[in-house]
Amino acid sequence: MSAALALGDDALVLSHRLGEWAGHAPVLEEEVALANIALDLLGQARVLLSLVGDEDELAYLREERAFRNLQLVEQPNGDFAHTIARQLYFSVYQQLLYERLAAGDGEFAELAAKAVKEVAYHRDHAEQWVLRLGDGTAESHERMQSGLEALWRFTGEMFQPIEGLDAAGTTGAAGTTGTNGTAGATGTDGSGSGVDWAELESAWLSAVTATVERATLTLPTGPRTGAWAAGAGRQGLHTEPFGRMLAEMQHLHRSHPGASW
Amino acid sequence: MLLGEGARDGGEPAESVAAFDGAIAADERIEPRDWMPEDYRRTLVRQMAQHAHSEIIGMQPEANWITRAPSLRRKAILMAKVQDEAGHGLYLYSAAETLGTSREELLDKLHSGRQKYSSIFNYPTLTWADVGAIGWLVDGAAITNQVPLCRCSYGPYARAMIRICKEESFHQRQGFELLLALSRGTEAQHSMAQDAVDRWWWPSLMMFGPPDDESSHSARSMEWKIKRHSNDELRQRFVDICVPQAEALGLTLPDPELRWNETRGHWDFGPIDWEEFRQVLKGNGPCNEERLRRRREAHEDGAWVREAAAAYAAKHSGPGSADGTADGGARERTETAVSA
Repeated sequence: MSAALALGDDALVLSHRLGEWAGHAPVLEEEVALANIALDLLGQARVLLSLVGDEDELAYLREERAFRNLQLVEQPNGDFAHTIARQLYFSVYQQLLYERLAAGDGEFAELAAKAVKEVAYHRDHAEQWVLRLGDGTAESHERMQSGLEALWRFTGEMFQPIEGLDAAGTTGAAGTTGTNGTAGATGTDGSGSGVDWAELESAWLSAVTATVERATLTLPTGPRTGAWAAGAGRQGLHTEPFGRMLAEMQHLHRSHPGASW
Repeated sequence: MLLGEGARDGGEPAESVAAFDGAIAADERIEPRDWMPEDYRRTLVRQMAQHAHSEIIGMQPEANWITRAPSLRRKAILMAKVQDEAGHGLYLYSAAETLGTSREELLDKLHSGRQKYSSIFNYPTLTWADVGAIGWLVDGAAITNQVPLCRCSYGPYARAMIRICKEESFHQRQGFELLLALSRGTEAQHSMAQDAVDRWWWPSLMMFGPPDDESSHSARSMEWKIKRHSNDELRQRFVDICVPQAEALGLTLPDPELRWNETRGHWDFGPIDWEEFRQVLKGNGPCNEERLRRRREAHEDGAWVREAAAAYAAKHSGPGSADGTADGGARERTETAVSA
């Protein structure tokens, strides 16, 4: 079940990061919007994790190395522009991926069809803000550009194939954890609900490029993959801030073993 | 100022005064375009602004636990609640704006300490159970205060309160249910719940304001039908509601003098520490400084974002342009987000 875990962890971790904005947003409307997106993602995470096991055990009792989320979503919020850059990169990816899953007949088709409606709002929100910040003041332009640059190196891993999403939506077959998330996932594109990852990547690139250019910004040119970053999150290799995030998230639950809330 | 110009002391047109007094007497609603006494307008702006500020500052003690909520279900409920509070702040600022002020002006007064927010939010949330105690007691007190405001003489305020009260009573039930789960949970959870109720009980009673004989604005607010009941009446009503609820929760209220009074048909309760109340109002509560600082920081840190939105709107506000507002993504929360 590594696909449900990967997608569920993405939603869970990004939801948590967005939850950190509560009370800190630049305008009240954004308090509402960011919380709204966080709630949508948390809802998705709960459905996905429940396919794998008990949602709370999975969220609160796994350690860092067992999480399968992208490194992108665990990155600290930074300023509003960093948060928006992360939202742009992820929401475009999530929408394109879920559209493809919804179009197939795999296990995730129904769930993806429902989630993709929410994600379309998230993407619209991110794109509108990239435009406002990019084409706003000199300061906002610079901050938006810097957010795009800082997170660029985490975007390559989104297109490392997720085990189980490559052929006809069969997710259980090779779903042992701890395997190299990329093994056996390539080369079977085009059957059933299988995701063509190379095609997904080029669709993502052109969508992001279009928004970035419309916002009078420049698409970053640095590497999007590296020996460490490419697909590392999917294999349980995370960045340093993630452990601290989990420590905060899990502390209370872990302090009361077996309690219900 | 939209209203009230030329209506200063002595300058009030007699037929307008008569129309206003008649509307109040007939329990009709005063609407933004109607003439109203300057003091009525000022009182409402003060009260609505303070109410809006309380929603905004009130996000902080609860948001403090979003990242530590002990289950995903509780986390979703808490996020939705804090989001609702931001929404309530928005309604209330909009309602206040119908009286000729602006959200910016009101926020500025909050940030500079010229307008207040509810004293209750100057208390810290030290454990997860505090989230439940806030829902049960603080929201419970707020509802007791606010339900009569649904019949307030000023139309926009009354209508905002109808919507807000629906959501608040939902939060209050969720808080009760959170405490019930703790109370019936492990021993450690039960103690956590009791400790939270012990700390939040008296501050919740203070939410109704000073005793009637010390409440400076009360009499006129009641004459104008902004207020419908006195502070002490509402406080008594709240105590009467809470006692049986505490029993249902399996928790005690921290008042040795609490006992049923057969002759009054009400619960008698012990004296409130009004000195503590005065200290908190004066800015010497446990979190006054922290709350205001955090609020100012969020506003100052966000200045460049608001400037960017304004600059972008100015560039793209030509005819046919749909851009230019800062409301991206704001919409009704989907039902799927919180499966309670």
